[in-house]
Amino acid sequence: MSAPGNSIAAAYDSKIEGNIIFTQVDAAINWMRSNSLWPMPMGLACCAIELMASGASRFDIARFGSEVMRFSPRQSDVMIVAGTVTYKMALAVKRIWDQMAEPKWCIAMGACASSGGMYRSYAVLQGIDHLIPVDVYISGCPPRPEALLEGLMRLQRKIGKEHALADQKRELIAELTA
Amino acid sequence: MTAAAAANALQDKFASAISAHVSFRGEETLKVDPASLKTILSHCKSELGFDYLVDVSSLDHLGDDHAGNRFEMVYELYSYKDKIHLRVRSEVPDQTGKVESVVDLWPTANWHEREVYDMMGIDFSGHPDLRRILMWEGYPFFPLRKDFPLGGKETDVPDVAFTGTAPLAGGPFVTVPADATTVHREPRSRDL
Repeated sequence: MSAPGNSIAAAYDSKIEGNIIFTQVDAAINWMRSNSLWPMPMGLACCAIELMASGASRFDIARFGSEVMRFSPRQSDVMIVAGTVTYKMALAVKRIWDQMAEPKWCIAMGACASSGGMYRSYAVLQGIDHLIPVDVYISGCPPRPEALLEGLMRLQRKIGKEHALADQKRELIAELTA
Repeated sequence: MTAAAAANALQDKFASAISAHVSFRGEETLKVDPASLKTILSHCKSELGFDYLVDVSSLDHLGDDHAGNRFEMVYELYSYKDKIHLRVRSEVPDQTGKVESVVDLWPTANWHEREVYDMMGIDFSGHPDLRRILMWEGYPFFPLRKDFPLGGKETDVPDVAFTGTAPLAGGPFVTVPADATTVHREPRSRDL
């Protein structure tokens, strides 16, 4: 215990000493964001079944902090576009993306969401990246849950390299500077 | 009653309106005159016991070696009482492009006819709610017609939907019937 009047000794209290970490704000924010990515499950076709499997006990997406599937775009961080995006659905997907608050990311899960897949058709959008920016593409038809988890980990690594404000609050900054 | 007996009964009653009767592996198909189509289908339901309309579909004969009208309707009927199938075909007159709706006979025809209208552009008179069912209102084409490209055409209905043209990368890759090996049959880029 420190003697009364000795404030310097009090600042180096042994209960605190050794538990202080020096870091950058960006790194701290990105560390928190990337380990709590709440998905918006945009399940449109059979990829959604693998997405469900990823959320269930065997693959357990909770190990990566993404177990909280939010069916409200206001509460989610990463939109997982799982399945075939038809033109009829495309603007609805875009609208939900626009409703998501920043910071937000997008995973194109499977061949259809990435490129239209096997549907070279009048009815299918040839990749969701025609409408919204995609951070991670996952190959497969459908991809196995391991592939989705790998995609999620890649997204986490990508977030770690981003600027917490300039890269992740683009819409806000554009609104303020407009 | 067997399916053949039902088909024969129809042929006896509507001899002038039935142009062909084909029996193939137990399947009975009648080709009927479009003007009498509704009368014949109504008779099938009320007198011959075909209480279930299995399917309504349509054909586009564009480019076929086919003398008649471009479009053709196909009605698949079934009788739960006698457990028999009957197929009724009828060409759609090119001048009108219209067929009489059978929704009042079988309510299930409602969505089937909407799909035919959506994909082929065949009009149904007397349909209670003839809207598109798969594509959206405002889409200007009928995508299952033979003259519609597989990759689609560009459209834009603001705030509703848009479409683009799909890259076919050398395709479409189509199979052809062949007696030779699978090498001859398998999907390849061919001139359609």
